[in-house]
Amino acid sequence: MEDISLVTVVFMLPLVGLVLMLLFARTEQGYRWGALVTSLVTFGVSLLLLRNFDTGVSGLQMVQKVDWITADSFTIRYYVGVDGISIWLVMLTTFIMPLAILASFNPIKDRVRLYYLFMVLMEWAMLGVFVAQDLFLFYIFWEVTLVPMYFLIGIWGAEDRIYAAVKFFLYTMAGSLLMLLAILWLGNKAGTFSLPDILAKLETGELSFSTNTARWLFLAFGIAFAIKVPMWPLHSWLPDAHVQAPTAGSVILAGVLLKMGTYGFVRFNLPLFPEASKTFAPYVAVLAVIGIIYGAWVSYGQKDVKKLVAYSSISHLGFVMLGLFALNPAGIQGGILQMVNHGISTGGLFLLVGVLYERRHTKLMSAFGGIWRAMPLYSGIALVIVLSSMGLPGLNGFVGEFTILLGSAGSSVLSWWFTFFAAIGIILAAVYMLYMFNTVFMGALDKEENKRLPDLNWQELWSLVPILVMVFVIGLQAGYFFKFMDGSVQELVDQVNTYVMTAAGQ
Amino acid sequence: MGSSGVSIELYVLLSAVLFIMGTIGVLLRRNAILVFMSVELMLNAANLALVAFARQWAGGDGHLMVFFVMTVAAAEVAVGLALIVAIFRTKKSIDIDNLHLFKE
Amino acid sequence: MENFFNLVPLVVLIPLAGMLINLFAGKHLGERGVGIVGAGASALTFFVAVLLWIAQVNTGYKAAVVDMPLLADWITIPSANVTIPWAFRVDTLSVTMMLVVTGVGTLIHIYAIGYMHGDERFPRFFVYMNMFLLFMLILVTGNNFLMMFVGWEGVGLCSYLLIGFWFDKPKGVGWRNSDAARKAFIVNRVGDFGLVLGVLITFWTFGTLDFYHPGEEPIAHHAEAAEEPRLFVPPIPQEEKAHQPEGPLGVFNQAEVWLEEGGHKVDFGMVSLSFETTLTLITLLFLLGATGKSAQIPLFVWLPDAMAGPTPVSALIHAATMVTAGVYMMVRANVFYHAAELTSFVVAVIGATTALVAGFIAVGQWDIKRVLAYSTVSQLGFMVAAVGVGAYAAAMFHLVTHACFKALLFLGSGSVIHGMEHGHHHVTHGHPSHLDDDFDPQDMRFMGGLKERMPVTYWTYLFGTLALAGIIPFAGFWSKDEILLDSLKAGVNKGLLGGYIAFVLLLTAAAFTAFYMWRQVSLIFLGKPRHAAAAHAEESARVMTVPLIILAALSLLIGFINVPGGFPILDWILGKHQFTSFLEHSVTYAHAGTFNFLLATFAVLLALGAIYLARSVYSEPVLATLRRDPLEVDPRTQRGFALANAKLYWDEFYFTYIVYPYRNAAYWLAQEVDWRFWHDYVHNRLIRDPFNAATAVLTWRVDKGLIDRAFDGLGWLTRRVGQRLRTIQTGYVHMYALSVLFGALLVMFLILVPLIRDWLGL
Repeated sequence: MEDISLVTVVFMLPLVGLVLMLLFARTEQGYRWGALVTSLVTFGVSLLLLRNFDTGVSGLQMVQKVDWITADSFTIRYYVGVDGISIWLVMLTTFIMPLAILASFNPIKDRVRLYYLFMVLMEWAMLGVFVAQDLFLFYIFWEVTLVPMYFLIGIWGAEDRIYAAVKFFLYTMAGSLLMLLAILWLGNKAGTFSLPDILAKLETGELSFSTNTARWLFLAFGIAFAIKVPMWPLHSWLPDAHVQAPTAGSVILAGVLLKMGTYGFVRFNLPLFPEASKTFAPYVAVLAVIGIIYGAWVSYGQKDVKKLVAYSSISHLGFVMLGLFALNPAGIQGGILQMVNHGISTGGLFLLVGVLYERRHTKLMSAFGGIWRAMPLYSGIALVIVLSSMGLPGLNGFVGEFTILLGSAGSSVLSWWFTFFAAIGIILAAVYMLYMFNTVFMGALDKEENKRLPDLNWQELWSLVPILVMVFVIGLQAGYFFKFMDGSVQELVDQVNTYVMTAAGQ
Repeated sequence: MGSSGVSIELYVLLSAVLFIMGTIGVLLRRNAILVFMSVELMLNAANLALVAFARQWAGGDGHLMVFFVMTVAAAEVAVGLALIVAIFRTKKSIDIDNLHLFKE
Repeated sequence: MENFFNLVPLVVLIPLAGMLINLFAGKHLGERGVGIVGAGASALTFFVAVLLWIAQVNTGYKAAVVDMPLLADWITIPSANVTIPWAFRVDTLSVTMMLVVTGVGTLIHIYAIGYMHGDERFPRFFVYMNMFLLFMLILVTGNNFLMMFVGWEGVGLCSYLLIGFWFDKPKGVGWRNSDAARKAFIVNRVGDFGLVLGVLITFWTFGTLDFYHPGEEPIAHHAEAAEEPRLFVPPIPQEEKAHQPEGPLGVFNQAEVWLEEGGHKVDFGMVSLSFETTLTLITLLFLLGATGKSAQIPLFVWLPDAMAGPTPVSALIHAATMVTAGVYMMVRANVFYHAAELTSFVVAVIGATTALVAGFIAVGQWDIKRVLAYSTVSQLGFMVAAVGVGAYAAAMFHLVTHACFKALLFLGSGSVIHGMEHGHHHVTHGHPSHLDDDFDPQDMRFMGGLKERMPVTYWTYLFGTLALAGIIPFAGFWSKDEILLDSLKAGVNKGLLGGYIAFVLLLTAAAFTAFYMWRQVSLIFLGKPRHAAAAHAEESARVMTVPLIILAALSLLIGFINVPGGFPILDWILGKHQFTSFLEHSVTYAHAGTFNFLLATFAVLLALGAIYLARSVYSEPVLATLRRDPLEVDPRTQRGFALANAKLYWDEFYFTYIVYPYRNAAYWLAQEVDWRFWHDYVHNRLIRDPFNAATAVLTWRVDKGLIDRAFDGLGWLTRRVGQRLRTIQTGYVHMYALSVLFGALLVMFLILVPLIRDWLGL
């Protein structure tokens, strides 16, 4: 039995915590703190991942590979590892979870134990998605993430929670089924479900697809991921899910879950189907740019602040998709960084919304106004996070956006018009964000109910402070983050470009 | 044994006649005891046939079977008469037309 | 001496420190403490800027690139060859900007201590002011376009926060202020859109965004040789400049090299263009950015609304510094603009047109700050037009002089407003009657006669006016004249159409300038007070008037830093175009202007004439009874005045054709398209409902109706058959006996029949 890799440790820690909580935690407080401690410990250990990560290596690191199910025609393995593409997503997950858990301390008042169990389970499942290198394992965890989220929305959500939860579950699962078909076909054809092995076989020519097959496979995977991102026009489940979900649910949903879709594209579609990626890149980019502009435009027309933020997610992730399908290092690295940034900023936005909701139990912006006077500390933090989401240079959002635009501007598969229209998103983002900020925070404090609202309590404050810190850190020193991604992304881009040459002979 | 005397056919004929008389008795008589007597008649008719054939061909086997039949008949009558007595005690009648408790 | 260059990060760190101190400890420091920290940070930064200037002078004006300590590595993507660091540039251009920003900034900070006295958010104000300095200095000291952009949007943020500073004033005023703030930010963002696209193209063209790499000097293209030394300006030996460091060049030198070679093609991604076309694209996009930040047509509409902010904000941000960022950027990119003739033409036309249009609008405004706002737009137009005709040094010169006298005018207006407010308070004893509801301390119709009540304000304001109008020997004369001359020369000598157009429009604008300024002076200071508030106005505190005096002195004297060659006597005493020579070391295409006596005289006479016209229109009798503007009354100028007063309906146009359609489309998209159609109709009715209906059919009709019924039927059948069969059990013994008999007979039959058949031989 080989050594246990750090990745497995980090990955399994939430599960260990879950078991410990089930065994030893008796009271609601026990569950709360158990969950928080679990997630903090996981985060701490994941920092070791960063330390042990070798930025000079482009392939998978800290790999753990154990045969699981073997049959004559295929093998399914427990195959986990991290590389430049997934390391920051793993870190994002371990970073966001403690914040989401901490922010749930006050708002969640009934069925508390079950809630925190689901939260910890969620972390385990999400980590599984990002570290899995075996297609089957990936699929399992992809589906597993649906279950706790379904319950989180369905039990602790708002008035229409059942509808939203069911819609979320079914919509995502419908797409995933196509992916399952593709995975099964692929695994059988290749004789293995392990991604690195499949890639190796593709490289040596031992395994090859006809152009059409590759395109169909690309679409099969792509639909599942596109629903998750969500890409326009498959986005309708998101506003429902966000508006109905409890605050922490939204934070996790926007912070991590949506990234699973974009991650899927860069982890599977690009390396496995390079020719198809190049062919479809303009089409994906069209949808991405529509998403950017549509998301921003529709955001502006909202009256419910959570819906506004939900549509802003569609807009932000449009940028990410554009970056990924620019198919060059700048675009892809910008896309990955922006995944992290979006998780942080939009997670922060949902935390902010949660603060207000806790106090006034309404999400309508018209119910507020002049909040800056009533809650100065909260408003100051809100300003920074809003600016981060809007892409103010010097903060994290801008670096990602700019790098993505840089990539799409220099892309050899995307025309310059994509960059042009995507850049319009910069203007539109300010329009809806400032509209939200002005309506809620500025203006006279004329509503009685708002005049004596308490400012942040310590749980709320400490769930927001780490976000603020990261906003500045990434904004000022993005190079540190890019350093980790560089090797793997370079290799990916090379793969995409090489395969087009060899595939052209088919 | 000699074949003088009555031919086997006559014995079988007698047995058959007796048997039929017994059958008719079973089917038509109303008194339970008379039904039993008819049943005895049938059984003895069978015994007769058995003895006749045993004498003719079978040897001891046939005789043996007769003894069995007689024993069983006796046992059966004992049980049956006991049942009739019990029924008479309850129903004050042994007219079989009135005995249909096992009707579905 | 060269080590002083390493001080440059301080220009960013000191305002940052001031900002953080006031942010976290402001409440405990009291007004004085906060003011000292804020203004002190600004003054300290000015001191550092002076040191940097001295260092520049004493090291032969060599530029220096200094990395930000600790944080140098900003965006690095090795596989994409992207390296964008946090690096500062110290050269004559950036030092000029630093001095202007911190110099004028410090005076305004001091003034603000008095102006904002008593405001409940006093500390917050100084936090924002220091933050503004921070970003503005990042903007002017950045060594690459992206760092400049950080400062660019950062000052936009500060502008937003400061315009909306009084966001919760009652009676809807707070909402108006915050709307003005939002407008400023969003309109700026439209410009930023252009700037970002320009930066993207720049990167892919040159592979870097750095202006110049460390050790690189601008490749000099001097038309004239350097002048003999005066004051602190030693000439640069030409040989020294020829030594460039090895390796890749910064964008500007690289551009020079390629322009020299000619025929260079730009190939990246799916784009393939000639280098010249690329430069035109880049410069046009940068121009879009500049029209946003420097409030030119078509994106100037935010600046007048920005007057909602406190007056020191208007002075610092919307007159002296932030709005000049666009001009700075274009001057910094003079290598590009020099080569892009088409763009330069567009720049000149836009600048000159803006100058005239804004000047026209200013004539019809009643609000004291609005006049100055449009005046600023107009003067920025002068600077932009100067860039358009290639007069980069003139543009910078005007930037410097304008910063001084415009700040002066704004601060003066603030003093007037304060005086009016105090007077009003005095008159109503703190209990404003509802009869006075339309009193506006900023509306000039309520003023008048303040010359006697507020003398210091009056005299300094007068200095500012004369400077702005371009009357010799005030600063504005020198800079404005140089622009006029350069545009004329561009037309005459180089045949540039833009030069002619610019010249004509700018000259007209200059006339308007003098007119509306004197109109303003007349309305505010001359004649008799027209309202009780004006009659009881008091002169402002020293903390406010001293900066006014200093700025007034500057407005008089600062023009002398750039006396053009050919001006009798003064050019010998003060040195010819010292400032231009200073700039030449970092602005390649800065060229010294000469003096044209005819033009100068004509310009001055034109201005004096306009003033005289204003004097006669706004004469004493008119002023005494002013209800409506005489221009409004006079049928010849009625329409013009109405148009000017209505700002040419520019805002209304934008609202009708852009803002409201966008917003209504947003509602329509959000409610009808996305929600009712896509979400409700398509997903619920088209997808979910048929699915549910199909499920219902399967559940009720098929499963329950058919299949269930089938199996139920089987059960029923079994029972019925059983029922029927049960009737055999009569309970009658002899019936049973009969059936036994039948059965036996049947069996016998079945056994016997074959035997009988055999026996019969059948």
